[in-house]
Amino acid sequence: MTAKIVDRVMTAVFYLIAALLVVLLVGLLGYILARGLPKLSWTFLTSPPQSLSAGSGIGPQLFNSIYMLFLTMLFTVPIGVGGGIYLAEYARPGRLTDTIRAAIEVLSSLPSIVVGLFGLIVFVYYTGWGYTLMGGALALMLFNLPLMVRTSEEAIRAVPHEQREASLALGVSRWRTITDVVLPSALPGIVTGAILTAGRAFGEAAALIFTAGMSTPRLDFHDWNPLSPTSPFNPFRPGETLAVNIWKVNSEGLIPDAKEVSAGASAVLVIAVLLFNLMARFLARVFYRRMTAAKL
Amino acid sequence: MTTETKAKTVLSVRGLNLYYGRAQALFDISLDVRERSVLALIGPSGSGKSTFLRSLNRMNDLVKDVRITGEVFWRGKNIYAPGVDLVEVRKKIGMVFQRPNPFPLSIYDNIAYGPRIHGIRDRRRLDEIVERSLRAAALWDEVKDRLHESALGLSGGQQQRLVIARVLAVEPEIVLMDEPTSALDPISTARIEALIDELRSRYTIVIVTHNMQQAARISDETAFFLNGRLIEHAATAELFQRPKRKETEDYITGRFG
Repeated sequence: MTAKIVDRVMTAVFYLIAALLVVLLVGLLGYILARGLPKLSWTFLTSPPQSLSAGSGIGPQLFNSIYMLFLTMLFTVPIGVGGGIYLAEYARPGRLTDTIRAAIEVLSSLPSIVVGLFGLIVFVYYTGWGYTLMGGALALMLFNLPLMVRTSEEAIRAVPHEQREASLALGVSRWRTITDVVLPSALPGIVTGAILTAGRAFGEAAALIFTAGMSTPRLDFHDWNPLSPTSPFNPFRPGETLAVNIWKVNSEGLIPDAKEVSAGASAVLVIAVLLFNLMARFLARVFYRRMTAAKL
Repeated sequence: MTTETKAKTVLSVRGLNLYYGRAQALFDISLDVRERSVLALIGPSGSGKSTFLRSLNRMNDLVKDVRITGEVFWRGKNIYAPGVDLVEVRKKIGMVFQRPNPFPLSIYDNIAYGPRIHGIRDRRRLDEIVERSLRAAALWDEVKDRLHESALGLSGGQQQRLVIARVLAVEPEIVLMDEPTSALDPISTARIEALIDELRSRYTIVIVTHNMQQAARISDETAFFLNGRLIEHAATAELFQRPKRKETEDYITGRFG
């Protein structure tokens, strides 16, 4: 009898915990969106910020965030997938592999502000670049590589061993087996990992304050030459991202409508990260179907 | 049944020992495989017959901590000699596994996978290879209208014939089969056996089976393995009717195993 009661109580407790989590999430999102959504408009999303007067937009910051994300993924995905391939296919159990794994663990547990300070020393001072999008992207890469390596390794390991054997037994080399059989099957997992990584990178602020800076030069969106200092596509210019902008406006903003601007920017950020997550799930499913069905 | 006198030896195993770490799994195996014949490897579970089969195209290389001594001569070359082109060995000595393992691709792409990687790009030649291989594996009529559908939609028996077709597409000389029917129903099994009977005129087949009736039905010669040793190797009819060794007799009369 008592066992039955305990069972019921515990069931109720677990339901409560689950409900609490949902309520927290919904409340948080609701609050951010309720405050931020009214602020959103095309002008807000595209116009430049003001330093003293009201009416700031987040155009350059939004662009910086997306461009920085692109640069980050450009480094993170190939290196991360490469690391995943190494750990899943080539690494033999032993001291070296253990050391690599430990290094990845440590790297993934570094606080992002520390990564930012490291970036300041290496990518800002040592290279002499100053604050640049490139420096920010490299700092984000350091920060995100562990996640990318781990998700790719898992995805690659999940490919059934029989598939590799089948390919090798046809006289296909190990490398071609990896590129032609293993990676396509692992692609849904790798894509999911990449998008989750992207979501993290998009929302990161601390690592960027000291690497990509807190300001954006006056950008000329008609100037597409990546070497020109006013071109938005120049990776060697400072560029504050959306997340950094939220922090800056709130902590040292002098504009009268700082609260509204940061609320609007927060809503944009949250929506973007949510979209990344939804996209990850959607693409994983599409790829899975594509991979298991016929290619015409 | 036996063709000992005219057929020449295509694979020649000499003094093969295999170790998993410290444990020895195969003991001093020597055996010849005749060209265009079916050799069945029988024996109880754990007798080493599958391990032996996998050492004929070096699939054991993939298993960690495996050490092999001895020689396997294929066309006069020892495939365990340093500098041997593994790709060439595995291309010419193909393998069919216990569980059908088609790639998650279309039927067509499964067959074309090997030839494509070996450099055939021409669409018409690929079409030709796909059709020829599927016909050779007695699957063409069942799938010719759905070549571009997923291979995973086929039944287990069809998948296994697809896998055989995929091996045939890279034009092997020898096909190794590791209990190819153990995951199949009796009708699919009968189809695969009929297929093996057709293939014997063009290919050399070495097949592991736990089913003695199957060995008796389809093979020209049979080798009996026990505890990692080759106990007896003879023409199939002879081995089943007049086994020379006590262990063989005990096994085929069902006293153990």
